[in-house]
Amino acid sequence: MAISQAATQHAATLDTPRSGPWDGGNEPFKASYGKLMMWFFLLSDAFTFAAFLTTYGLIRHRHAAFDAASGKAFEFSTAYWPVPDKVFNSFPGLHGMDLPLAFVALMTMILIFSSVTMVLAVEAGHRMDKNDVQKWLLWTILFGATFLGSQAWEWTHFIGGTDEGTRMADGTIFHGANLAMNQYGPVLFADLFFFITGFHGTHVFSGVCLLVWAFIATTNGTFEKRGHYEMVEKIGLYWHFVDLVWVFVFTFFYLV
Amino acid sequence: MANHVGLDSHNPAEIAKPNTGWIWKTFFVLVGITALEFVFVFLMDPGTLRNAIFIILTIFKAFFIVAEFMHLKHETKGLIWTILIPMSLLVWLLVALITEGSYINEAVFNR
Repeated sequence: MAISQAATQHAATLDTPRSGPWDGGNEPFKASYGKLMMWFFLLSDAFTFAAFLTTYGLIRHRHAAFDAASGKAFEFSTAYWPVPDKVFNSFPGLHGMDLPLAFVALMTMILIFSSVTMVLAVEAGHRMDKNDVQKWLLWTILFGATFLGSQAWEWTHFIGGTDEGTRMADGTIFHGANLAMNQYGPVLFADLFFFITGFHGTHVFSGVCLLVWAFIATTNGTFEKRGHYEMVEKIGLYWHFVDLVWVFVFTFFYLV
Repeated sequence: MANHVGLDSHNPAEIAKPNTGWIWKTFFVLVGITALEFVFVFLMDPGTLRNAIFIILTIFKAFFIVAEFMHLKHETKGLIWTILIPMSLLVWLLVALITEGSYINEAVFNR
């Protein structure tokens, strides 16, 4: 094998250069530079999110878990990690009702739907259908903005806390959460909530900005003149990645 | 004005018909898996088995998003492995650090 390879390398001359997939002059991955770099960026971004979720796993296992077998009803305590369906059980406009994970289910649906409208925009771009690209980009922006609004409500409610609050170690009643104190459980629970959902929300916000820019460029006919809608495809890759991260955040933060 | 619009946009007859069946199929798969997760939230007591089910369903959802929506299934083998191999190493990191967390727990609470 090595000998025959050396022989081929020897045989290559200026007139008959080597022409394998990795010998230059072509695209071994059959993807454009921009798309390839988007993939590598997303890979590095996945490392960051994986680090966040791994940290969550370590810190959660380091804390005591609520013992459901003890027969006692769950209540917030800094002694153990909270059960997510007891923390995230409120819905805008339905004050005081116990609706475990209902709002986060709605947010998940909104994000999956925005992913669908994004693929539809990319598909329309392949057909050079400017009107359809505009239409689906606009829907994606709308769903993205709705998701951000929902997250803002979720944060406000989390920071504000429940009517009852929780009696802290010093005897005072504390409502809601900040980076140093929280009524739901150990301090780190709220810290991780702010950092993980906040970092994801920042990504959604950047995505919405990119989509607004792509919508303006589509309307101005920039991609039409360029002859392809690859920019929409690259932004699409980013947008689906943000949806993908939410799938993992949803499982590891809200379900498990 | 109408003439002007006609000049710089395509003639509708030139634009191919949308091919969106696979997109909606993927969408219903994702919604179905999410619904299934909620069934498990309400019908099953928390535990290792339930968590394992959630993680498997999450990997299914991730597969459909990456393979279909991000089109990775239709890329070259080289690109697919370039993405998957580094990601699979992160599973090791996750397992290692969760084990570490359980150890710290035992040390702190003296169990």
